[in-house]
Amino acid sequence: MDNLRDLYQSVILDHNKSPRNFGNLEDANRSAEGYNPLCGDKLSLQLILDDDECVVDIRFTGMGCAISTASASLMTEYARGKTLSEILETMNRFHELLTGNPNEQGEAEDLGKLAVFSGVREFPARVKCATLSWHTLQAALDDGDKVATTE
Amino acid sequence: MTTTQSAPSARDDTQTTFDVEAVRRDFPIFQQTMRGKPLVFLDSAASAQKPRVVIDRMSDFYLNEYASIHRGVYQLSEVATFEFEKARGKLARFINAANPREVVITRNATESINLVAQTWGRKHLERDDEILLTGMEHHANIVPWQMLCGETGAKLVVVPLADDGSLEAGAYERLLSDRTKLVAIAHVSNALGTINPVKEMIASAHAVGAPVVVDGAQAAPHMAIDVQDLDCDFYAISGHKIFGPSGVGILYGKLAHLDAMPPYQGGGSMIHTVSFEKTTYAEVPARFEAGTPDIAGVIGLGTAVDYLNGIGMAAIEAWEQELLAYATGRLSEIPQVRLIGTAPNKAAVISFVVEGAHPHDVGSILDQQGIAIRAGHHCAQPVMERYGIPATARASLAFYNTKRDIDALVDAIHKVLELFG
Repeated sequence: MDNLRDLYQSVILDHNKSPRNFGNLEDANRSAEGYNPLCGDKLSLQLILDDDECVVDIRFTGMGCAISTASASLMTEYARGKTLSEILETMNRFHELLTGNPNEQGEAEDLGKLAVFSGVREFPARVKCATLSWHTLQAALDDGDKVATTE
Repeated sequence: MTTTQSAPSARDDTQTTFDVEAVRRDFPIFQQTMRGKPLVFLDSAASAQKPRVVIDRMSDFYLNEYASIHRGVYQLSEVATFEFEKARGKLARFINAANPREVVITRNATESINLVAQTWGRKHLERDDEILLTGMEHHANIVPWQMLCGETGAKLVVVPLADDGSLEAGAYERLLSDRTKLVAIAHVSNALGTINPVKEMIASAHAVGAPVVVDGAQAAPHMAIDVQDLDCDFYAISGHKIFGPSGVGILYGKLAHLDAMPPYQGGGSMIHTVSFEKTTYAEVPARFEAGTPDIAGVIGLGTAVDYLNGIGMAAIEAWEQELLAYATGRLSEIPQVRLIGTAPNKAAVISFVVEGAHPHDVGSILDQQGIAIRAGHHCAQPVMERYGIPATARASLAFYNTKRDIDALVDAIHKVLELFG
């Protein structure tokens, strides 16, 4: 069960059961749909980006596995109040955490709560579950309405 | 076959005459462990494991007999051609086709269905003609017809499903009409396990003059197939699901249909004569077999069929039905498990959802216990939509599975509940 406890840390289980920022955002000026065609996970992301390129509010809807739901929940929690450049930097480090060399320490500490996804690295088939919400966020930030897929 | 007691860990003490332990020894993959545990392989509906005889036959063919076929001016090619055509004969007998020429070699059931759509379909279908399908079809028996509809203006008509995963009573007969120009139906649903009453459905279709394509990919591993008794017009099988190699499949077609059909792909082998002015096409089945096929694969598939005949499809079906009943009973003991597909007539395919846990999470947790299942939409998204779920976990059985495997599955589902409960 050890690997499983690494994958399904209590923070992940908690955010899966009670996702934060779940719902629609009425005044959203950016949105994107995320879709993982392999497993059918769907995610709809809406956010408000102000003139200073800061995410002032963000919400999501959709259904998926515990990893993708918790990832969307924690991602929205992280992104609220962050600037575009901060988000892009974290996005890269988060991706490193999931796919990079496990011996390279450091990145996990800077990622705060997002580090709970470090166990996903041991489950290559599940990496896309954890990155779906981030791909979708990127699509929303890139410009306007887009559909992001993990493929 | 000797009489054995069912596995000691299994809860019931049914006497069975099926020596599953002997069968398992025929499959080298069961000698290994997965994540430090014995491999519990419950994904045979996706692709089945291979007995050593198939692996050895293909290896032996490559080592000693390999050459191009149907070109033979030298002995090696004659031997290879003989072995290839012998395999075709075995496949014809396996499904009780009247003539080996009715067996077309393809890559898989998907290609078999596409072949019918692109040859028979293009020739016969016109605007507003109807193709009748069921709501439980695999994408391979939906998309080729949809593409054909796009080209011809024909329409898809879909037989709806009842809550238990059977076809809605009376709906098929109601939707059949003189507008129906083709019926395309799964013999067994890959997502629900439902066995459709295809023989009766074929008779009804013929009564309105519609030929029937049966997607037999999920039926052939579980039961004896008799295409003459079914009276189907076409029957598609994937070799890799009947314990043969991946990359080969067959299309059965009644000779009268095949003879009248235009070619599928152009190339070598499928021609009679070629000049830049005009090409005349080869006889059936060569007309549908352009290019060099997977020669060793076809020969390996012939050996797989020999192997199945040695055990006997009736014995296989009986053992799998015993396993299915055992698995259904044990899974029903867990209140948080809901079976998707509870038709009275089922093959050993068990789709389920676990309350509070997404099928992918179930799949990952089971994998940690050395248990391989499928999680997802099983290439049958309309089925998922029908039952209002994004995906299911699916345990699919073959004759090499044991009650011990089912017990491991049930124990692992309890671990899921521990984590997610």
